[in-house]
Amino acid sequence: MAEDPIGSGRPTVIRWTVAFGRFWWDFLIGDTPELFVGTVAVIVAVAVICLQPGLRTAAAFLMPVLVTAVLLASVGRAARRARRDQSQ
Amino acid sequence: MLIASSAPSGALVLVAAVFLASAVEMVEALTIVLAVGVTRGWRSAFEGVAVALAALAALVVLFGPALVHYVPLSVLRLVVGGLLLVFGLQWLRKAILRAAGLKAKHDEDAIYAEQVAELDGGTRGTSGSGRDTTAFAVAFKGVFLEGLEVVVIVITLGTTSHRLGLAAMAAGAAVVVVCIVGLIVHRQLSGVPENAMKMGVGLMLVSFGTFWVGEGVHVTWPGSDLAIPVLVACYGLVAWLTVVVLRRTGEGPGAGLAPTGEAAHG
Repeated sequence: MAEDPIGSGRPTVIRWTVAFGRFWWDFLIGDTPELFVGTVAVIVAVAVICLQPGLRTAAAFLMPVLVTAVLLASVGRAARRARRDQSQ
Repeated sequence: MLIASSAPSGALVLVAAVFLASAVEMVEALTIVLAVGVTRGWRSAFEGVAVALAALAALVVLFGPALVHYVPLSVLRLVVGGLLLVFGLQWLRKAILRAAGLKAKHDEDAIYAEQVAELDGGTRGTSGSGRDTTAFAVAFKGVFLEGLEVVVIVITLGTTSHRLGLAAMAAGAAVVVVCIVGLIVHRQLSGVPENAMKMGVGLMLVSFGTFWVGEGVHVTWPGSDLAIPVLVACYGLVAWLTVVVLRRTGEGPGAGLAPTGEAAHG
């Protein structure tokens, strides 16, 4: 565990708040910000589509496709990085 | 069999998702507790485990019913679905990369050896009651931090499907099963097919997340709840194909990758 430069010398409430924020940051974003951004984009896109009642069944088919695209983009990014690291 | 055949498919997937997620996290926690118990003594290790489990149970009791009673269902489903999607995609991505040999596999033996070395070298701080404070703190942190992920899954899946009790029971069953297996095999935890379990959990979390977000924004799912197992199957096919393609396009996948002892996010 690294030293906590933020926590030292601060009131307990602030330290707890920072730790709480860090927990959720690591939990939701961590080293894969593209998954978080992609998921938010998918949710917004599907919500907009569903404003038209006639498109709500189509959205059931589109949403998994969009989620899959986000996953594959993130996996592809990680795979390229892993192969580049291995070749070095 | 009667229960299984009459219960909605969503409930079965819910139980499976919570059970597997809890089992994966508890294997990691048990590795830490075993290392603490063997090197520093069992009393303080068990005390740390008991306090951590009580704190986790309190979180479920405090936040679970409050979410159900005070947050509108559509908002709850949207937010929870989004959380599950992000969380599930992280698990699934990691499991795909590990299965394709592009990321080192989690090695419980390495974590165990690392913990034992650290604890053996540490000072033996004791409180007035004779408790080994280091052993207590390490056991507490191990169980509490690994358990927090389980609590998030139990609360989110349990509240959105109005089956918080069922989700909590599935998590409790996983804790019991992992503890019994841990006692029997003692420290051969590396034999647990953790990546396959993580892949399964990731698939279910992504499927639940997709379904609940859809419900939250008024998507019309063909077949209603039956869409969940269909989503699991579709995402499973995508994950399998991705692993196959990555293995075929990679040169010597996994070569030179040392097993990892990382604990955060599995």
